[in-house]
Amino acid sequence: MSDGATSSNPSVGALNARFGDAVQRTEITSAGQDVVFVNPARNTEVLGWLKDEADHRYDLLVDVTAVDYGGGRPIEVVYQLWSIPHKRALRVKCELPLDALRIESVVSLWQTADWLEREVFDLFGVTFTGHPDLRRILMPDDYEEGHPLRKDFPLRGRFSRAEQTRRALTQDPAHYYKPEDFDVGGAPAVPDQVEPTTGSEPA
Amino acid sequence: MGLEGSPSSDQGGLIGFAAPTFLTTKIDFIVNWARRNSLWPMPFGTACCAIEMMAAAASNFDLARFGMERMAFSPRQADVLICAGRVPYKLAPVLRRIWDQMPQPKWCISMGACASTGGVFDTYCMVQGIDTIVPVDVYIPGCPPRPEGLIYGLMMIQEKIRGESLSRHGELRAEDPLLVGAPRANAEEVATLSGPFGNSTQQEEAGGILPSERPTMTRPERG
Repeated sequence: MSDGATSSNPSVGALNARFGDAVQRTEITSAGQDVVFVNPARNTEVLGWLKDEADHRYDLLVDVTAVDYGGGRPIEVVYQLWSIPHKRALRVKCELPLDALRIESVVSLWQTADWLEREVFDLFGVTFTGHPDLRRILMPDDYEEGHPLRKDFPLRGRFSRAEQTRRALTQDPAHYYKPEDFDVGGAPAVPDQVEPTTGSEPA
Repeated sequence: MGLEGSPSSDQGGLIGFAAPTFLTTKIDFIVNWARRNSLWPMPFGTACCAIEMMAAAASNFDLARFGMERMAFSPRQADVLICAGRVPYKLAPVLRRIWDQMPQPKWCISMGACASTGGVFDTYCMVQGIDTIVPVDVYIPGCPPRPEGLIYGLMMIQEKIRGESLSRHGELRAEDPLLVGAPRANAEEVATLSGPFGNSTQQEEAGGILPSERPTMTRPERG
């Protein structure tokens, strides 16, 4: 199923033509937002092409998140992209079945994916292979109740309130906040040629 | 100075360990007057209640009129812990440590619905009332309370201080040093204080939808 022809975003048609069966389907949701479902095994290939191809150049990764629709349906990992030079938005989704919550990390493409993927890992339990530092980011490091944003997670947690309180207070606050935690991994990678992103159309 | 008196002089003496004497009541008057008019708050603001707390400290409401002369951002120099806002479990040890670091005598205000009961956040990550973590003297209702509410709560603390007596200091201000960093309430009390309410009564820890029974609280009477 593909209605890329009706999309106002040329990237949708280009993805269909370039990657064929890696693009599982496309759809347009409310307010004309383009959503492309991509085979999770080829996510870095497709996303890397979207980032580097001159006609598309989605150089800004706005968000990485995930959706659990419950009922045993697959968890969707969502990449929300924005092209600064072309002023275009595109949403790429990868459906992961519950028994194989594993997808390649895109930190090598966008550094901002580092903490975003950690959040998805923390709250949904999706493992990002190749992530440099995949550990919990919001919940405590030794949180043992699971991944809270999954539909099968009870709202009030798995442990009793007394057990949650006891576990919380046996923590050492300094354990959570180490100076190294504020270091996002050395100097940021600056591209060799920094292109102007405003004011002029790309060549 | 040894204001505490010694256990051997259990009847009288100038300080009066067991019963108040003329001297201790006069000392009580002076000490309590000094204490209640120089209550320095330790602001523990985590949410929107903290905005109201800032408003209470700012010039329109001006907490300093009542002796809360400045916000003491160091627990070592604070008298009142004002917990303003929701406290997640990840922050609970921080709150407990700040309370443990505050020197005696110290008081605690739980400001707003979230700090007092967990509020609408009856979820996996939220402390259901900071009285499971630290002892609370005054609860201020509201979501968030207005600055007048906070000022009223602080004046309730002042009233509480007015009734304190040095001869009962060991009883009124007792804190077991071995319980530093430990929950203030035992498991049964935590279960009672944090019982589900509203929509949460349909939620069970195992994830089922059976309504859960609210445990009854049995607490020993305080002498």
